Amino acid sequence: MGLSRRPDPAITQLSSGGDPWTTTRLDFVVNWARANSLWPMPFGTACCAIEFMATAASRFDLARFGMERQSFSPRQADVLICAGRVPFKLAPVLRRIWQQMPQPKWCISMGSCASSGNGIFDNYAVVQGIDTIIPVDVYVPGCPPRPEGLLYGIMLLQKKVMNERSADKSLRNEMEPDPRSQLYIPAPMIDEVSEPFGNSVHQTRSGL
Amino acid sequence: MVAGSALPSDAPAPATAKSVPQLGGTPNPSAAALQARFPTAVRSIGVVWGETTVIVDRGELLEVVQWLHDDASQRYDFLSDVTAVEFRDLELPIEVVWHLRSLPYRRFLRLKVLLEKGSPLEVPSVWSVYKAADWLERECYDMFGIRFTGHPDLRRLLMWEQYREGYPLRKDFPLRGRFSRSEQLRQALAANPEARYSKEELSIAQAFEDLPDDMRRRLSAGEKTGE
Repeated sequence: MGLSRRPDPAITQLSSGGDPWTTTRLDFVVNWARANSLWPMPFGTACCAIEFMATAASRFDLARFGMERQSFSPRQADVLICAGRVPFKLAPVLRRIWQQMPQPKWCISMGSCASSGNGIFDNYAVVQGIDTIIPVDVYVPGCPPRPEGLLYGIMLLQKKVMNERSADKSLRNEMEPDPRSQLYIPAPMIDEVSEPFGNSVHQTRSGL
Repeated sequence: MVAGSALPSDAPAPATAKSVPQLGGTPNPSAAALQARFPTAVRSIGVVWGETTVIVDRGELLEVVQWLHDDASQRYDFLSDVTAVEFRDLELPIEVVWHLRSLPYRRFLRLKVLLEKGSPLEVPSVWSVYKAADWLERECYDMFGIRFTGHPDLRRLLMWEQYREGYPLRKDFPLRGRFSRSEQLRQALAANPEARYSKEELSIAQAFEDLPDDMRRRLSAGEKTGE
């Protein structure tokens, strides 16, 4: 993605006399740099992590999209890729890891379990969607998604990053959880998005 | 004779699922020895899928397990599982199950204790015989609420220690838990993920003297790991 050959309205090339030079928007350059050097922090808990490994390995090669460096420390990461189901016991860990990541940061929820609890894990132990714990930018459906699916989600995230504006400071606001309940969205909304759908509504609630 | 098999045609049939009867068969010789040694403790002996199940009395369980472990003719040196079974039928008792294996004699023995629904769910811990029982009994306590008397550190294992909704594998436990999702999430997020890696943790306290000097110094100063 060379700057000089890309026909983008954000870039103007001038060559009137002397050396040619280029003007552009600062937002464009910053977003271009960010979108093409996202450092992922894999948070793999289940089979989605296997597909993530396949995505990162040579055949699908995540490095083509600027994700050359897997960051296994949240302090040097840009994208949290949550791959797999998150039990309630892991919820404070995921929240802590998200809070340890510096801005700018994004989150990809990979797979149905991380996105919604997947229906089959609609039980006492599993969080029904990690968006009840941390804000999520891109949801990748699938059980687990194929590497192409994850790559498509990553490219969507790159598009999202390219459309950010540095004047919009609210993009970089940390979503502060309520200090008393530690929830960052209202409790009734969590109950609503965690409601079962499809056949699981008709399952018995009491075991007897 | 199967093509490609080196076995002679008169060799005994291998123990496949079809050749083993579901009920009946020769019981493990340990069962008869157990009955001779503890006539009051053994309630019944059954064989299911070639595996022997001995139902023993709750009061004498520890002596039975100790004897199976120590006796030279038994030598059950491996405890492979401790678990429990609850049936939907309210009349049926809860069964606590121990899976014992004797590596020298290549034997497998299943012990069961029946706990009536109304009675307190307490059985003696076999931790004094098998150290492997530590986490197995903690898991069983976590999931079924069965108290193992004599266990040194009976806490929840799979669910977090402040979990207040009950015992998930009991039949009266609703699949999605007792509390609303937001309340479950609130209680889960209130837990400190680093709290358990402190010096007060039993296993770390036991290994404290073996730690390197710098880590001992840091833990003595009250530092929690991970941050």
